Amino acid sequence: MSIEPALAELALSLHQAGPIPLAADFRCSPGELLALVGPSGSGKTTLLRAIAGLYRPAGGRIQCAGETWFDAAAGVCLSAQRRRIGFVFQDYALFPHLTALDNVMTAMEHVPRGERRARAAGWLSRVRLQGLEDRYPAQLSGGQRQRVAVARALAREPRVLLLDEPFSAVDQVTRRRLQRELALLREEIDIPILLVTHDLEEASALADRLCVLHGGRTLQSGPPESLFRRPVSAEVARLLDKHNVFQGRKVVEHGEARLAWGPYRLEVAQGLEDLDKGSEVHWYVPPSDVVLHRRGRPSRGERENPVTGRVCEMIVLGGMALITLSFEHTEDTLRFEIATHAARRNGLAHGAEASVSLLAQGIHLMSRGTC
Amino acid sequence: MDWTALAVSLRLAVFTCLLLLPFGLWLGRTLAVTRFRGRVLCEALVALPLVMPPTVLGFYLMLSFGADSPLGGLWQRLTGEGLNFTFSGILLASLVVNLPFAVQPIQRAFENVPAHLREAAWCSGLSPWQTLLRIELPLAWPGLVSAMALTFAHTLGEFGVILMVGGSIDGETRTLAISIYDRVQAFDESGASQMSAMLLLVSFVTIGVVYALARRNRGIGV
Repeated sequence: MSIEPALAELALSLHQAGPIPLAADFRCSPGELLALVGPSGSGKTTLLRAIAGLYRPAGGRIQCAGETWFDAAAGVCLSAQRRRIGFVFQDYALFPHLTALDNVMTAMEHVPRGERRARAAGWLSRVRLQGLEDRYPAQLSGGQRQRVAVARALAREPRVLLLDEPFSAVDQVTRRRLQRELALLREEIDIPILLVTHDLEEASALADRLCVLHGGRTLQSGPPESLFRRPVSAEVARLLDKHNVFQGRKVVEHGEARLAWGPYRLEVAQGLEDLDKGSEVHWYVPPSDVVLHRRGRPSRGERENPVTGRVCEMIVLGGMALITLSFEHTEDTLRFEIATHAARRNGLAHGAEASVSLLAQGIHLMSRGTC
Repeated sequence: MDWTALAVSLRLAVFTCLLLLPFGLWLGRTLAVTRFRGRVLCEALVALPLVMPPTVLGFYLMLSFGADSPLGGLWQRLTGEGLNFTFSGILLASLVVNLPFAVQPIQRAFENVPAHLREAAWCSGLSPWQTLLRIELPLAWPGLVSAMALTFAHTLGEFGVILMVGGSIDGETRTLAISIYDRVQAFDESGASQMSAMLLLVSFVTIGVVYALARRNRGIGV
């Protein structure tokens, strides 16, 4: 019933100019969950299909579990049948004329015929579908269908599990439950797992590492926290839905390196020393490192990169308020979140002036790319 | 009632169905799932017998069946007989005439099987043949039965092409439809009406089968 530990990781390097441009490189270790994130049309699903053997790119290599599945230069391209992959399709692709049990048994060609029924029932009970073996897909709810699809993918005893937006076709409550189940399930399976999603919250909650894609290119890979705090470029920050991206310039004043941002000379904890004087950079500060100055009660922390703007937007979402500040020297705006009661106590309202500190530790410098 | 003509008609319809089923299955599925240059031209050629006047189609078939033409000459060399005014000739003509009735329902049925089901089958380890037999055919079979029912009924009723190619030779090329025409020409209204009633019944049953399967197909919910 258990899946044998894979001998090696999944390694992918694919390149082609068209018709779907690809310049993707990543690895995924056994037991690791790598989320491919990016906007629609960024090539996420194409990469998954290439791994599965459903799409043949012009150039590159795919290796998994010590086998070469695809090598354009050597003319190797194993069929989908020979790759041993578990694929959960976006709409599950269950066979409508087969029961849940038969759907799972379809992926068991490698299992002796006499054992298939019992083992398929075992997979279904593992995804908590015991008692529903004889139901047809049309008789199952969205969440149950997704579980059948996962059971069918695992019944193949795959070398890699590919999940293409597996939670997009169910309601919010079911999604949360299925995500929890996936988190539990992955503790039991020791193969690389690739999750394609455009939901960053889902990706950061489930994945060990994120891989940001755009236009078929892998822009940055890393643990969610490091990606969110330290995007490698303004483009990655934008793709990760990060707002506080600005342009600045390195200056040296009184022997100290500073980041010039309009009239402000910001202190930066790291990264500035590597830059040449006068060089232009993009920089990002996470909303969590923007600290509001309390009205009438100055504190020592306010000496750290104080900037003053005007509230141009204040959105109250339950207990939290999303504040956007505008500045005279730039069209870019700064966003941060504080508790709604704190916003009220400090007199924050549309048009009001507000001062904040940008924590030097949080300021992250990025290579100057397209924004 | 011309039982001999009925037997010729049934034999023609059964052979047409048996020979067109594998070919229609291959061509219909190919047109449904593969993209190739000339696909539209191929679809147009398949549909051509639907819009061509039967006498015109029959005329061209008659010409190509002649011993002087490449096809007729080849047949003559292979079998020692001609194609015009023989059962083999009307069977060949029937295959051409019924091409759209066999291919189009099968093509539509395979087009209705979502591509990702095929891919899910491959990813599950099923070979292309296993995928065809275990996934695609069970989902597309109402289209196959529709194709065969339409081909069968249309063959029983075909008149113009059969008359041009086969004439009206008793026990060889005289089908029920031609026999009805002969009876009317001979003022035998009673015989004509019996045979017409028979064809009406067959047509009614066929269309009933096609509609019942169409309803069932909608219920699958792929």
